[in-house]
Amino acid sequence: MSVQPVALRDYSAVPTQTPRKGGVRITDVVKSYGAAEAGVLAVDHCTFDISPGEITVVVGPSGCGKTTLLNAIAGFHSISSGSIYLDDELLCGPQKLKAQPGPDRIVVFQNGALFPWKTNIENVTFGPIMQGLLSRAEAYEKARDMMADAGLRGIEHNYPGEIASGVRRRVEIVRALMNDPKILLLDEPYRALDSLTKSVMHEALLEIFYKSRVTIFFITHDLEEAIFLGHRVVIMTTRPCRPKKILDIDIPHPRDYSVLTTRRFREFMDETAAAVHEEALKAFTAGEKEH
Amino acid sequence: MAKAFALRAISVLSGDDFWRGIVSIAVFLIFWEVGSRSQALFGVAFPWVSQVPPPSAVLQELIVLVQEPSFWISALLSTLRVFEGFLAAMVIGIPLGLAMAVSRTFYGITFPVFEVLRPIPPLAWVPASIIFWPTQELSIAFVTFLGAFFTIVINVIGGAQAIDVRYFQAARSMGSSTWDIFRRIILPATLPSIVVGATVGVGITWAVVVAAEMISGGGSAGSMGGAAGGGVGFFIWNSYVGGSYTQIVAGMISIGIAGYISSAALRKIGKWLTPWLSES
Repeated sequence: MSVQPVALRDYSAVPTQTPRKGGVRITDVVKSYGAAEAGVLAVDHCTFDISPGEITVVVGPSGCGKTTLLNAIAGFHSISSGSIYLDDELLCGPQKLKAQPGPDRIVVFQNGALFPWKTNIENVTFGPIMQGLLSRAEAYEKARDMMADAGLRGIEHNYPGEIASGVRRRVEIVRALMNDPKILLLDEPYRALDSLTKSVMHEALLEIFYKSRVTIFFITHDLEEAIFLGHRVVIMTTRPCRPKKILDIDIPHPRDYSVLTTRRFREFMDETAAAVHEEALKAFTAGEKEH
Repeated sequence: MAKAFALRAISVLSGDDFWRGIVSIAVFLIFWEVGSRSQALFGVAFPWVSQVPPPSAVLQELIVLVQEPSFWISALLSTLRVFEGFLAAMVIGIPLGLAMAVSRTFYGITFPVFEVLRPIPPLAWVPASIIFWPTQELSIAFVTFLGAFFTIVINVIGGAQAIDVRYFQAARSMGSSTWDIFRRIILPATLPSIVVGATVGVGITWAVVVAAEMISGGGSAGSMGGAAGGGVGFFIWNSYVGGSYTQIVAGMISIGIAGYISSAALRKIGKWLTPWLSES
């Protein structure tokens, strides 16, 4: 019931079926910590769009403030000024600096935040049961289907601590999707994984994306990951963070790992590597000064 | 069932740890036996150990003791006091610790008082508690309670405050109410610390109950009645007054065993309560 009869990777067949949701407009957002003058500026007049039904990847050096932006969308932290809209509805703005967290925007955290005291399926069914959307039995049935779909059959009743970290991340994405979010917010979810596991995870994520068409906002400091996954890549300056360069990656979807060796991919890498390196260098020297 | 038990017995018996344990206890006993008989064996008194009755004599004493009802009454009395004090410490300590961890206001009001009272050794409370409480029994139970209480509260606070903020954020995003967060995040996330606090606390409880019984004269039941039911602490004290050194050591060993059983039982319960922590 959950798998469409349409070929999984037939990207062109799906888009217009359902109205796309999950578009985010970030306008002139500023975030500073501490008092106005002595405070640290984390996000500096940041403006860009996350298009609905697409993967938007933000690349920037560690600690540049990109997570701050994600937390503002999720409603975990307030902004100082500017505004953020989700599908033309105001999430946060001058009158209401902190958005309300909600199941329409689910975060998949850097080191994972599956509840270790719940089994995988209890984790996956947490959202719909909490929101009273599904009965326990219905939630379990849906969870079993979705987990099987994501290649997670057989670990339903294990605890997260008993499975490999790559698998854990997949469970967490399924837990997020169970809430039927408008947008998935991924905060360097594959940071701690080795590069082989990472490459498998990238393809798995794309597959989930092609099936669900959920809007994805993805944060990373890995340029290759960004270009491989993204429809759009936003390169951030080092702290305070501001878009330095926005690229539309015209490599057609569906993509798989053969893309990495294509000329177009290398061209994008060449075009952006200098900009990213420059910011990383700035971040590094700034860090040297601080310590 | 029987087969599973047999398999488990075999795996325990063939484990290195099991044999290391046997060797360790055996060496300890041999050292003790030889040491305490050193005057007779070598003509030289081994310092300290030669003052202690040898394990063989203690064992004989224990065999005699376990056949006497009064010994079991003492053991039962102490066990009951430990149980009362420990239970009260859990029932009061866990909610208090959680409240202190959850509410900054409550924490601000209560923590300073808590921190002033905490370093006071439970035994320092004995005289005051004899004055405060109407019966000896209650004062001993109160001191026992204090022994476990502070350890449990400190562990609960520490555990609850160390909960990763991402769990709260994730739960909030997925539509949890404040009560849901308390019930489904804070409580299970603190459970491992509660188990640690309880396991450590019950050990302290045994240490405290024995000393309290010694000081207070064993409670109302045994104030003049010899070893007839003042608790294990009173039993040991009484043996000392009566000059029976083998009984003193036998009493000490029974406390060791009782403490070990209590901690092992709590570890077992803890493991059952926190199945996600056992790697298998």
